[in-house]
Amino acid sequence: MSVLSIEKVSKSFEGELILKDVSMELREGELVSVLGVSGSGKTTLFNLISGLVKPDEGRIILEEEDVTGRTGKVSYMLQKDLLLPHKTILDNAALPLVLKGMSKKDAREKASMLIEEFGLAGTEKKYPAQLSGGMRQRVALLRTYLFSEKVALLDEPFSALDMLTKQSMHAWYLDVMQKIKLSTIFVTHDIDEAITLSDRIYLITGKPGTITKEIIIDVPRPRPKDFNLTTEFLSYKKEIVSSLTP
Amino acid sequence: MKRCQSITSKLWSVSAIALLLVVWQIVSSTGIVEKYLLPSPTDVIKAFIEDFNILMENSVVTLQEAIIGLFIGVAVGFIVAVIMDRFLYMYKAVYPLIILTQTIPTVAIAPLLVLWFGYDVAPKIILVVLTTFFPIAVGMLNGLKSVDKDYINLMRAMGASSHQIFIHVKLPMTMSPFFSALRISASYAVVGAVISEWLGGFAGLGVYMTRVRKAFAFDKMFAVIFLISIISLLLIKLVDLLQKMCMPWEPKEADK
Repeated sequence: MSVLSIEKVSKSFEGELILKDVSMELREGELVSVLGVSGSGKTTLFNLISGLVKPDEGRIILEEEDVTGRTGKVSYMLQKDLLLPHKTILDNAALPLVLKGMSKKDAREKASMLIEEFGLAGTEKKYPAQLSGGMRQRVALLRTYLFSEKVALLDEPFSALDMLTKQSMHAWYLDVMQKIKLSTIFVTHDIDEAITLSDRIYLITGKPGTITKEIIIDVPRPRPKDFNLTTEFLSYKKEIVSSLTP
Repeated sequence: MKRCQSITSKLWSVSAIALLLVVWQIVSSTGIVEKYLLPSPTDVIKAFIEDFNILMENSVVTLQEAIIGLFIGVAVGFIVAVIMDRFLYMYKAVYPLIILTQTIPTVAIAPLLVLWFGYDVAPKIILVVLTTFFPIAVGMLNGLKSVDKDYINLMRAMGASSHQIFIHVKLPMTMSPFFSALRISASYAVVGAVISEWLGGFAGLGVYMTRVRKAFAFDKMFAVIFLISIISLLLIKLVDLLQKMCMPWEPKEADK
């Protein structure tokens, strides 16, 4: 069943067409990447899904509900963790619940039940500045999850981390995602990251940006640790590189 | 290690001040500069002790004006900043006016205020309000306007109302510029109160100052100048303390 579907969406800014007839879908439990070079309209697509920007044409359907141009439906996570520096980790995570009108006490209670699952036990009373980059991203994901339990929208969330932290965050993310039954749209320009994590990859190219290819990464999970060193991985990479370069 | 560093850094400033005092003492007591023009530090201390009670009585009056004025000034500055941030047309209409009020010299409006409101505390408090609201209004406004757009977009995506965005993001993120502005306003408050007292009043450090100046009692003059500096410094310290209490999330010196 598809959790989120984007139907023939187009968007232009100041007379310039940025996205044209973009359609894609996200099925339950899937991780789908949108891969494209800078300036291909990735960020616009991202803003359209989150509802911050209204498309000129097309619709965005979240669990059979039309959410086109409506905020408050899908939350997201960026490279910047955007945790509020003046709130404790627990309060940061619980924020979306408070925004929805839940009492502070109930929100904290609900958030604290998940703190451990997200590998954040013992950090509840700390402030974001006291945590490492990787840990902060975990909090940001917990916050995203507490906002919308079905779909997470991620825009290069791990690109600011060093290679080793990034790898462990990948493993952690896939693990958590499976446990909490989350479906993910992952916007990135990192080809390796996309292949490692995705079930499917949409390539977005050209001006205006259109989806030119859908690649299915047909490798069962959990994927072997050295997956990125296999010839299979390399052939996917070759395919992607040749499609992205004109 | 850090502690040692802070002590040595203080050592430098303390010894510079000590050196200055020694030079001053020598210049004055050897007669290089006539004593009635420049009283020596010891004379100033003597004058301070002699007039201690009078100085304290007058300080209370000045401090009262300064603090009441500061409170009102901060409140006004705060509200003006929030309104200007919320409504663009208010910003366009009011901001130039606010800048204009600051181009008028304090000394020029003080006599007018006395004329309109008499010799009581009212004109003094009004003058303090006029001088203290400006740093707060401008500092807060800059703070509110420079809150990272990404935070606000994320909050919007999570369905937050503009009221919720203000409470959860904008206001707390403006705390730091607010306190910077408050430090400036606190020191302006004391000076503003003193200036307004110069131009008429019954009590206060400014009144005392005018009196001793007319009597050519320069030792007392210096004593009151130092007292005003000390009061301003204490107020600034108080603001620092308040900031530490209100912003527990700020990394402490040792963690930096």
